[in-house]
Amino acid sequence: MREFGYERAHDVAGAVALLGADPEARYLGGGTNLVDLMKSGVERPALLVDVRELPLDGIEVTADGGLRVGATVTNSDLAAHPEVRRRYPALTQAVLAGASGQLRNMATVGGNLLQRTRCGYFTDTARSCNKRVPGSGCSAHDGEHHNHAILGASAHCVATHPSDMAVALAAFDAVISYETADGPGETPLADFYLPVGDTPHRETALPPGALITGITLPPAPVAAHSRYRKVRERASYAFAIGSIAAALDVEDGVVRDVRLAYGAVASRPWRARAAEAALTGGPATATAFAAAADAELAAAEPLSDNGYKVPLLRNLTVALLSELTEATEGAAR
Amino acid sequence: MAPPTPGATTTSSGITLNVNGEKHTLPVDHRTTLLDALRERLDLTGTKKGCDQGQCGACTVLVDGRRSLSCLQLAVAADGREITTIEGVADGDRLHPVQQAFLDLDGYQCGYCTPGQICSAIAVIEEHAAGWPSAATADVGAEAAPPLDPDEIRERMSGNLCRCGAYVSIVRAVARAAEEMQADDAAVKEAAA
Repeated sequence: MREFGYERAHDVAGAVALLGADPEARYLGGGTNLVDLMKSGVERPALLVDVRELPLDGIEVTADGGLRVGATVTNSDLAAHPEVRRRYPALTQAVLAGASGQLRNMATVGGNLLQRTRCGYFTDTARSCNKRVPGSGCSAHDGEHHNHAILGASAHCVATHPSDMAVALAAFDAVISYETADGPGETPLADFYLPVGDTPHRETALPPGALITGITLPPAPVAAHSRYRKVRERASYAFAIGSIAAALDVEDGVVRDVRLAYGAVASRPWRARAAEAALTGGPATATAFAAAADAELAAAEPLSDNGYKVPLLRNLTVALLSELTEATEGAAR
Repeated sequence: MAPPTPGATTTSSGITLNVNGEKHTLPVDHRTTLLDALRERLDLTGTKKGCDQGQCGACTVLVDGRRSLSCLQLAVAADGREITTIEGVADGDRLHPVQQAFLDLDGYQCGYCTPGQICSAIAVIEEHAAGWPSAATADVGAEAAPPLDPDEIRERMSGNLCRCGAYVSIVRAVARAAEEMQADDAAVKEAAA
């Protein structure tokens, strides 16, 4: 591991100034991904600016009934918070579906959004990877890619974003706040992760040196009826091979409001807007759910070994929306 | 390590680790993990190095009361925090209920993952008592966590791998320790009432 400096920041402006002074500096949150990547030589920062003690660890209900979550809130505290569990249960479920109890205690919300892909070629510095070394080629395309992207990928990169939390945030229209040397800014999650194209090394729309300070979830009554379902290769403590966050409001058998997002299918959490459009105002039936999933997955371009993800996501969509229909109609009776 | 070049970034710091109630002040290269500081510098070798990649849980310790992976925790970032390792969980000669349950019910075979399992289980029981749900919890909206049944224990302990496959006994040991600790807790409350 390369030698590096370490500074513990005590206020946001100080953290941004420290980072800005060194182009090779990185913010350190829980370190669960960054420290691991430093050990393998993928990340070689000259300076770590530790942001864990910044006063960004609050969770509060906003005046309009949404939620504001600070960037240094741990995954554990986010998942356990009563207002998150009550207002956005799929977010609690998504966070709890990720990693382990130990990692969730360490990991922060800001770091979770910025975690890197677990593509094996990205983390293996002996192999070519356009995300790690632009222009070096993609080993996954013709290599081991059974858990790679089926949507929004390119010939340059087929890696997926590993976060469970971000899938639920995508479904709930989260907005990301950040601080820069020139002042604060914000970006909707929908625009936060950049298209892959021929620049897979450029992952987010964050300005250089920006520090994520928090996430805001707008009020969403439909989110109270939401769930997260994750499929993986063992029962727990593994990354998804496919996941879904869904919220559904059904009245008299008709879909009044629906939110859908997929995980482990793209370089970003995948908001399923085509499926949502197909469902809204239509019947809440398994046939309609399947047709909506097909509408979304029509754009899928599977590789030779990950075509199973298309029916997997279709089945997940039908199963979870059917469960939510049963739950909401049961509650209404 | 070469002496620092004047004007260059400092790559080591003096830190204070508060381990099992005892303060240790030591210089560390910033690259040092908490795991290596505990084992190699403080001779607290109870905490084990398994994968060193955050995938096995053998290095689990409590940091400010919460279970954490010491292999992904930089020692310099743990400066000033309270750390509890397996050496610090017993009350003198009286084993922690989780330790005793692992002994009584054979919650291990080779024992290498055991310190991490025990530190993790202690935290699992506390997290459950605090009402935290898990991925095995059917209704995360409910205020209280559901009973700590085998499904809940398996899910909550899933960050600790055991290559001997002693899981059946580990689940039994965690369940018994949780029952005892809940009963003790209730007795203390009753005595206070």
